[in-house]
Amino acid sequence: MSVMTDPPKPAFRLSQLIYDTRYRSITIQAVALALIMAGIWWLVNNTISNLNALGKDFNFGFLGSAAGYDINQMLIDYDNQDTHGRAALVGILNTLLVAFMGCLTALVIGVLAGVARLSQNWVVSKLMAVYVEGFRNIPLLLWIILIHAVVTEALPQPKDFRGAEPEASMMLGDSVALTGRGFYFPRLGFTNSLSGNELVAAREGYTAVASGGIDWFVILGVLALSLVAIKVIRNRASQVQETTGVRPTTWYTQLGILIVPVGLVLIVLGATIVTPFLKGFNFTEGTFLRSSLISLWLALSLYTGAFIAETVRAGILSVSQGQSEASAALGMQPGRTMSLVILPQAMRVIIPPLISQFLNLTKNSSLAIAVGYMDVRATLGGITISQTGRELEGMLLLGLFYLILSLLISGGMNIYNNSTKLKER
Amino acid sequence: MTDTTTQTVSYVRDKMLPETAPPSSQVGAVRWVRENLFSSVTNAILTLISIYLVYWVISHVGPWLVGGIWDAGSLSECREIRNATLGPDASVACWAVLSDRWHQLLFGYYPSELYWRPILALIIFLVGLSPILYQSVPRKVMIVTAIAPFLCFWLLWGGSIWLPISIALGFAVGYFAYAPVTKNISSLAGIIAAIVLPLIYWVFLSGPVYGVLDSVAPIGIEFVASRAFGGFMLSVVIGLSAIVLSLPLGILLALGRQSDLFIIKTSSVVFIEVIRGVPLIVWLFTAQLLLNYFLPPGTDFDLTLRVIIMVTLFASAYIAEVVRGGLAALPKGQYEGADSLGLSYWQSMQLIVLPQALKISIPGIVNTFIGLFKDTTLVVFIGLFDPLGIASAVRASTDWNGIYWELFIFIGAMFFIFCFSMGRYSLYLENKLQRENR
Repeated sequence: MSVMTDPPKPAFRLSQLIYDTRYRSITIQAVALALIMAGIWWLVNNTISNLNALGKDFNFGFLGSAAGYDINQMLIDYDNQDTHGRAALVGILNTLLVAFMGCLTALVIGVLAGVARLSQNWVVSKLMAVYVEGFRNIPLLLWIILIHAVVTEALPQPKDFRGAEPEASMMLGDSVALTGRGFYFPRLGFTNSLSGNELVAAREGYTAVASGGIDWFVILGVLALSLVAIKVIRNRASQVQETTGVRPTTWYTQLGILIVPVGLVLIVLGATIVTPFLKGFNFTEGTFLRSSLISLWLALSLYTGAFIAETVRAGILSVSQGQSEASAALGMQPGRTMSLVILPQAMRVIIPPLISQFLNLTKNSSLAIAVGYMDVRATLGGITISQTGRELEGMLLLGLFYLILSLLISGGMNIYNNSTKLKER
Repeated sequence: MTDTTTQTVSYVRDKMLPETAPPSSQVGAVRWVRENLFSSVTNAILTLISIYLVYWVISHVGPWLVGGIWDAGSLSECREIRNATLGPDASVACWAVLSDRWHQLLFGYYPSELYWRPILALIIFLVGLSPILYQSVPRKVMIVTAIAPFLCFWLLWGGSIWLPISIALGFAVGYFAYAPVTKNISSLAGIIAAIVLPLIYWVFLSGPVYGVLDSVAPIGIEFVASRAFGGFMLSVVIGLSAIVLSLPLGILLALGRQSDLFIIKTSSVVFIEVIRGVPLIVWLFTAQLLLNYFLPPGTDFDLTLRVIIMVTLFASAYIAEVVRGGLAALPKGQYEGADSLGLSYWQSMQLIVLPQALKISIPGIVNTFIGLFKDTTLVVFIGLFDPLGIASAVRASTDWNGIYWELFIFIGAMFFIFCFSMGRYSLYLENKLQRENR
């Protein structure tokens, strides 16, 4: 009977740190960490000594002090006595607004142009090729400047609407005014507003209405509930179809559920359409979209739409011809072939690049600087910095905002991407 | 015999009819039009709308474009010529601004007697690039590739010739230290020597070397300050130097992101995501407002150089993602094959993985470059004279005050030609690679 003993352990030698692969990775990482730390320490040290030399400190107290500047486009109440923090928030909301609007329209434009570029129709496909190549190969900044010039120069000024025989007239039954200063649309006012806002008559002969506050949340909440109910009805219809083979007709129930509750709420709140009208040298009332927002929005959507069109085209081309032939052999109509066979498969190819296009659009919205739209770069990263002299803090917050926004968008889209991607072993 | 047959089976035709042409609707242009333009009602409507749209644009813009005036010294002169020839109501372009100011749009405020220098620099750069882009170019041209960066730097900025030479000597030090140290001590020591010795040289020796050489033999050409750079030359300088400088950094970052080493991987990911998550314009403002905070007190260098550094860092993150795509596209067998041959990490990367991965990523790199080149227009916001900045400067002059579309159309057309041809090149590469890898 023998006693098993471990082989004698060789003593650890320092050279093992370099030549033994078990330890080498640790060495490399330790050296890398030390170098990175040294680099960060060097940068921070420089910054501290530079700040000291300038007599500045590093704090975010300026966010609480009065901003003292006006913002011409805002989604929440703001005046120049509010704080820099609130000004930054107004800017953030403006950035989100133009990014959201831009993503929606860019998607619509991109899908239409991508499908049209594959069209059998020679003129249409060539026209779309010109659109796509033109927008992809010319800098976005140039497009923003050009579209802004077209919007502000080509459209009439509010003063042209004045007089007995005006040079320009409003559209859609005197409810929409497109001017070089911006677009005026009708808005909703509420006679029984829940927000407690004051009832004001815009002019003689108009019903006195209050601007909505909480009312909008009520309306959107009811709408969301209706959509949930519609989803339930659809699922039930699919169940019936699976068991019996016949899909019950539900479109009128769906339509009713969509319209009736919201309509009732609108009637209860006393919703009234308030149209814009000319007062003095400008239009008042109604919803006003400033021309800077319009041109930035148009330019961003057209530019990104061209990139999305290429993505969509590549996605549709990636689905093999056999798929559409097979569905034709099964007797499917071309429309159903597109929606049930081709698009679901193309989506897998389209979505990852689509995400990065949405990200690009969001980041490109910072080119608002070219048209003077007050986005977060203009408020927090522009006027606030120049008024308070807090470049370091301001740029840090600005960068963090964009970084978090990017990570959120790509994170959210990745979840969606994972749910639609091909499940393999 | 034949007679009877013909009479008994009289209904069989024994003579061929002459061939007739297919119906006119089934051949040539008519068929093409029917199939491609009017195959259905929807298509017909779409066709008519599109044709009307094209007609509308051409009829409105065409005469303005074609009838433009090329020969005038100022906008008012342009208008006089127009009034004299076409009448005051006619609307025509005044292309004279281009013939009058083309040199500014192309070169900015670069001294006009020195225009040959940026042109020569571009030619040298393209010659240096050719062996990388085309396999058929002789390998000896790679020597030009090695010296092109220093030569271009010297030609563009000018000054003493010893500055680029004393910097280039650092690379030579590293190159010549690597081989003997590897042979005599070890490969690790060789790599360390190739990195550390040039650094020591640049920090401590390059300054005195430059001083001595310059005082012994002051050879040089006229110095041109960065402020004089402008127009398309500035865009090209920023774009090309950023893409060239960012390539090595981007490859390292891509390798870092693929690495098994936790700290290296994390720091690469953080760097790439932070750079990509923030818009270029914010980075440019950082370069303008903040870079001086991060550097030792007293350092203050040129805005154009700062922009090039920032754009290089920006581009390197994008290049890293492109190269990562190339690395991921390689079959795993290539990595395993390299491992089974007993190659070290750097050997396998250098000999097996990177040559294939980089080849796959060239189209993506070209696309990154197109995006970067378009983005160089953003430097106008921090006060550099890119083409758009030059356009506003031209408009601010008394001669051309009020001119607008002509300049933008010219700039747009230049960008279009450049980016479109680059895009075609990357498509050509993609097709070629697809065929090779099939």
